Amino acid sequence: MRPIIEVRDLSKTYASGTVALSGMTLDIREGEILALLGPNGAGKTTFISITCGLVTPSGGTVRVGGHDIIRDYRAARSLIGLVPQEISIEMFETVMNTVRFSRGLYGKKPDDAYLESVLKALSLHDKRDAKLMELSGGMKRRVLIAKALSHGPKILFLDEPTAGVDVNLRREMWQVVRRLRDEGVTIILTTHYLEEAEEMADRIGVIDKGQLMLVRDTSDLMHEFGRKRLTVELVKPLAALPVAIAGEGVTLSPDGAHVSYEYDTRADRSGIARLMAGFAAEGIQVRDLVTAQSSLEEVFLRLVEEKA
Amino acid sequence: MNWQAIRTIFSHEMARFWRTPWESLASPVVSTVLYFVVFGAAIGGRIQSVEGVSYGAFIVPGLIMLTVLQQSIANASFGIFFPKFVGTIYEVLAAPASFIEVVSGYVGAAALKSVIIALVIYLTALLFVDLPVAHPFWALGFLVLTALSFSLFGFLMGIWAKDWQQLQFIPLMVITPLVFLGGAFYSASMLPPFWQGVAKVNPVLYLVSGFRWSFFDQADVPVAASLLAVAAFLGLGIAAIWYIFRTGWRLRN
Repeated sequence: MRPIIEVRDLSKTYASGTVALSGMTLDIREGEILALLGPNGAGKTTFISITCGLVTPSGGTVRVGGHDIIRDYRAARSLIGLVPQEISIEMFETVMNTVRFSRGLYGKKPDDAYLESVLKALSLHDKRDAKLMELSGGMKRRVLIAKALSHGPKILFLDEPTAGVDVNLRREMWQVVRRLRDEGVTIILTTHYLEEAEEMADRIGVIDKGQLMLVRDTSDLMHEFGRKRLTVELVKPLAALPVAIAGEGVTLSPDGAHVSYEYDTRADRSGIARLMAGFAAEGIQVRDLVTAQSSLEEVFLRLVEEKA
Repeated sequence: MNWQAIRTIFSHEMARFWRTPWESLASPVVSTVLYFVVFGAAIGGRIQSVEGVSYGAFIVPGLIMLTVLQQSIANASFGIFFPKFVGTIYEVLAAPASFIEVVSGYVGAAALKSVIIALVIYLTALLFVDLPVAHPFWALGFLVLTALSFSLFGFLMGIWAKDWQQLQFIPLMVITPLVFLGGAFYSASMLPPFWQGVAKVNPVLYLVSGFRWSFFDQADVPVAASLLAVAAFLGLGIAAIWYIFRTGWRLRN
């Protein structure tokens, strides 16, 4: 199936000389949640801004639903809804009026029934006549989503949707995003929260210094770059690691009650069997075993280091 | 053509106008009445008539032009600057609407607001002076074209301005002096020869003169020159908008 968004060799250099994007190439599949991950200034927002028509690219092309974003911008933009990073709303407007305005901009005839269904899905219906200034921060964020959905887009861009929001609200946003994906909307979100990318995304793209370093299925990325840590809880603490157990990646906790072993899941041999044989040979009794996958943050740091 | 987008922006801007009727309509009317008191009553008492027209009536077209220029610029510049300031401009730029459609919505609303205010001022003036209109069609033509031209300039200023100070700068430092020195309250022929020459370099003189001609059938400069001036203003505004459309200046960079 043809990708819903095709990015080819996209670059942007701002008038100040700042290179925000350099040669980015990416295919986004219809119906997926793609998380773009990267530090501040990596080029995530520039990519979104170019694709949505807010910023003119310096080079390269973007096609949305097969439509070039410059030559055929009407068809391309009609497919897109954008939720910006900042809460940008006219505070004196009512919720209903502001979503009506957004729908009108997209050339769609007024359809209050549809807009009310969008507001209901976002738990905003009872606030339809409230002024935006009267809403809580979480509600304002949901209003931004309602505005972006007012014309029924097939693609939704969420630029750091949970930046600076509390844990409850973040989980609420995740639910909204998942429901939209279930309805067939393709979602591209940028985030600083690695946990968010890991939790939400089907695929993760890592951007650094204006370049897309990789795009992988989330589970593959975790598997490919992930390291695991095996923690062995001992019945009796050890004073030092016996020779049969000691080796690369093996450490003893300061209290001597735990032995940790960090290993690479990609390696042919994990080394776990050798470690466990060591415990048996030394007659060390084991109380419990726990394994944990390294977080995406660790994955990201490793990736940046590897490329450097 | 995304007519719905034009209609949406236009209605949004007009709604703001009607939401604050006091600021929108009462303020210009009060200003006009004050001008009447100061210029019409105080000075008009000493100047009986200008070229056969009572001074009170003579200043009305100039007063209307003064207000139309100021209001067009203020409305259009605020209309586009405000979404830039609060950040809501993103959805206008991301919409499947051409720049021409966006401009039409904002500028059309700003120009209509100015024309409404001009008509209200005209009706207010009728309470004070006898004011027949010799060429109603041309009067409306000059009014609408001037409102459109200066709304375009206002729109450009709104795009250019990076803060509220810049937004105020050109209307205060350029437009108001040009209007006051453009024969709004006197005929250029009342000036000494040297200043008459200077006045004729002022483009606003041509607008005021043409508009006054449509009321009293007499003008400081030929009517064709006034028409040319309006066309030039409109052309300049459209050219500047076209440049922005092509380059994304101050909006998409």
